[in-house]
Amino acid sequence: MDLILEKSILIIVIFSITLVIAMYSTYMERKVAAFLQDRIGPDRAGPFGILQPLADGGKMFFKEDFIPAKSERWLFILGPGIAMLTALMTSAVIPWGTSIEMFGRNISLQVADINIGILYVMGFLSIGVYGIMVGGWASNNKYSLMGAIRASSQMISYELAMGLSIIAIVMMNESLSLSVIAEKQDSWHWNVLYQPLGFLIFIVCAFAETNRAPFDLAECDSELIGGYHTEYSSMKLGFYLFAEYINMFISATMISTLYFGSYNFPGMHWVGDHLGHNWLAIIEVAVLFSKIIFFIFFFMWVRWTLPRFRYDQLMHLGWKVLIPLAIINMLITGGWMTYVWK
Amino acid sequence: MLDSSSSSYMPIVLQSIVALGFVGLVLVLVPMLGPKSKGSTKTDNFECGIEAQGDARVKFSVKYFLTAILFVLFDVEVIFFYPYAVNFKSLGSPGFLAVVMFVAFFLIGFFYVLKKGALEWEK
Repeated sequence: MDLILEKSILIIVIFSITLVIAMYSTYMERKVAAFLQDRIGPDRAGPFGILQPLADGGKMFFKEDFIPAKSERWLFILGPGIAMLTALMTSAVIPWGTSIEMFGRNISLQVADINIGILYVMGFLSIGVYGIMVGGWASNNKYSLMGAIRASSQMISYELAMGLSIIAIVMMNESLSLSVIAEKQDSWHWNVLYQPLGFLIFIVCAFAETNRAPFDLAECDSELIGGYHTEYSSMKLGFYLFAEYINMFISATMISTLYFGSYNFPGMHWVGDHLGHNWLAIIEVAVLFSKIIFFIFFFMWVRWTLPRFRYDQLMHLGWKVLIPLAIINMLITGGWMTYVWK
Repeated sequence: MLDSSSSSYMPIVLQSIVALGFVGLVLVLVPMLGPKSKGSTKTDNFECGIEAQGDARVKFSVKYFLTAILFVLFDVEVIFFYPYAVNFKSLGSPGFLAVVMFVAFFLIGFFYVLKKGALEWEK
């Protein structure tokens, strides 16, 4: 019973943090874009425009919820639901820190420590394609259809290279559990130092999977209006946009967890010995979140720096460059660890 | 150590209840909040302001279908690498050579697809 209560509280806390981060990513995006383009950005709602996401959210709740006459009504409603649901489920297997001691109990800062964590995340990533495809098809709008087909075909193509690039990490740790992978990157032994090529492939795939620029062909405004969510309004549109930002947050978390040492930082043992277990846990969570926020910033930085790919260039990069590179990376890792460095 | 028993999946059930509840509640309640207006032009599909020509049940490039079929094929092969990667050290040199052979088969298929031009988008 205690365990269920403990897990429920943890789930609700992580949910709230996810939603707040997704909300404020929209604010951060506009501020970063403004900064990179030498503008001011939103500054009307509250000091420095800090209340802007709340205003946007509130407005979205009270807008007309429009469903086109020609659309498939139920699928049209189901699409954004799937997109949001899959985005919210992945945070369950991520270790946010080691554990915290409270009320005489040792509370793990991970919702579910399952031994197939990576497969769980990849699985939900694949289901996310359905949210876009179902919504885009059900709209019965040519632009939505084109956007949906482009998005799903792009996402499945990059999923291959992503799956292949993670294999090298799994080989090094001999586990699919994210908590084991995080634990093994003690202090400064971050995986990026051993897997630089794997990291590069993974981050490019992460950009493509989240449909972020330079891979945002699914909604390239100049040709497809809004892509798969052209016909959506109110909170259904909100769900699609929100799911994108949550996916960006989860991708940044996965990059930090798999390659940038998760919650580990140099000198963590010193902190653990001198300040005690709970302080260490708090600093660990803070370290993980600063890594995540850096990568979210990186996502935005790239978006406002690089121009969009052409579709054939995108497919060329995914299939003919990243997949062979990922296989080579896997073979080098395997050969090196079998014969040279045992 | 890790247990793969069903108890470690209990929190995932909890999380899916919370997520389903949130998504369901918003999708049911929010449409009641906003204003409503109807009309044949209003509920028509958006097509840059001009009258919509037909609907979206049209033919599209077969390349997308090919990509999807190839994805299924290669994703199954990628999944075969995972059990090997988990047992990597205990399998040692014989395991690695077996995987090199598997990769060779994988690449033969891959180059066949490339040579056939299945992934050429300009043609």
